[in-house]
Amino acid sequence: MEYTPPPFFKRGPAPLTRLLFCSLLSVALLIADARYHYLDGIRQVAAVIIYPLQRLAGAPGAMFGRIGEFFVTQSALRTENARLMEKDLQNSAALQKYQALAAENVHLRELLAARQRSPESTITAEVLYTGRDPFARRVVIDKGRQHDIRAGQPVLDQIGVIGQVTRVYPWLAEVTLITDKEQAVPVQNVRNGLRAVLGGTGSDGHLELKFIPLNADFQNGDQLVTSGLDGVYPSGLPVAVVSNVERNAAYLFARILCTPLAGVASHAQVLVLNWANKAPPQPSDQEKSQRPKKPRRGS
Amino acid sequence: MQSREFAPHEILLPVKPAFIAFTLVAALIVNLLPWSGWPLALKPDFVALALLYWCIQQPRKVGFASAWLLGLMMDVADGSLFGQHALAYSVLAFAGIVLHRRVLMFTMRDQILHVIPLLLVNDLIVLAIRKIAGADFPGFSYFAGSLIAGVLWPSLCFLFKLPQRPTPDPDDV
Repeated sequence: MEYTPPPFFKRGPAPLTRLLFCSLLSVALLIADARYHYLDGIRQVAAVIIYPLQRLAGAPGAMFGRIGEFFVTQSALRTENARLMEKDLQNSAALQKYQALAAENVHLRELLAARQRSPESTITAEVLYTGRDPFARRVVIDKGRQHDIRAGQPVLDQIGVIGQVTRVYPWLAEVTLITDKEQAVPVQNVRNGLRAVLGGTGSDGHLELKFIPLNADFQNGDQLVTSGLDGVYPSGLPVAVVSNVERNAAYLFARILCTPLAGVASHAQVLVLNWANKAPPQPSDQEKSQRPKKPRRGS
Repeated sequence: MQSREFAPHEILLPVKPAFIAFTLVAALIVNLLPWSGWPLALKPDFVALALLYWCIQQPRKVGFASAWLLGLMMDVADGSLFGQHALAYSVLAFAGIVLHRRVLMFTMRDQILHVIPLLLVNDLIVLAIRKIAGADFPGFSYFAGSLIAGVLWPSLCFLFKLPQRPTPDPDDV
């Protein structure tokens, strides 16, 4: 089978030795990544190496998309154009009203000596693919550090919030969706202004309001918008609508399920919001510890 | 199942290292295709499958170094924890290398019965790592990919052996 004589006496270390070596190396990497986040540099380098492969893998799909676009009929284009013109007209009317309101708002805030809202700008990005990791809800977008994307920026579609940029590569960025189990969004009920924390459940199309007391006023159909308390999401962006409220006196908290408004699982174009949060810095731990402590019982 | 084509002791040409590298990179690209929806849920891990094939067929040419490096590539591409695929693929390579004489003795159907448990162990290692890191169990569809990979094993063997088959001599009677 082999033309060269097999090296009988030079096989190197035994497979078990090699396995132990590789396993130890992997476990060291795992601990360094999960516990201490040391490996971001290596990850960036490996991402640059693998980027051409990713583009190559995405090329046939993109090409089919472009060929499909080429064969769109004229009537379809005309219908779409007419629809867009009509929408543009409606939007421009709304925009005029909005500009007047924005000017009025600035004026009123000056009168009240309240803090001005910071200006926002957006970067349009395209979703390349959904994350393959079955343990997390992520998508990858085609803009990265080269396009001034930073970790922590909120990501929206035309309806509402879909998530937050969590990892930035030179030409790509990873967006963790609000449905991810470890993602939380501070929200406010539009109807009565109640604030809450909206957490993902790890499955598409379901969100859960966390730690809501049983008697809190949340009803089916309530709109939830970002409250802007965390300094990550600006206030007033639509997030979700309450879909099911379950109050069971056996539990400490009400179980409130919500449905995301934005097409969290299905979107091609997204907006990355670039806004400067000018909130005062959080009090440091040192300041916290200087507060007078409550006297302990029994001391 | 035991046709002449899949007979265990077929005489083949020596494999070219370039072809091994090509198949592994191709498997990586197939893994990186923009999968979504239910195909993503059912997608077998092609890199693991190709790696297992070469570890069984050519244990002296493909081994821990390639398994570990491919694992790192998958970790970066998936954005998952650094080292989880590297560890899983190393164990897979070990199993392939240790079992390679045994697996090749069997017919194709019995080879599948070897391949599926090995790939499931690969999945279980990733699952265990993520559980320790605090993730939820994503449901039993998580294992579907490995079962489908087992079904793909015969066609993979056929494809990967094509360049090694001697071209039939037309003058041969």
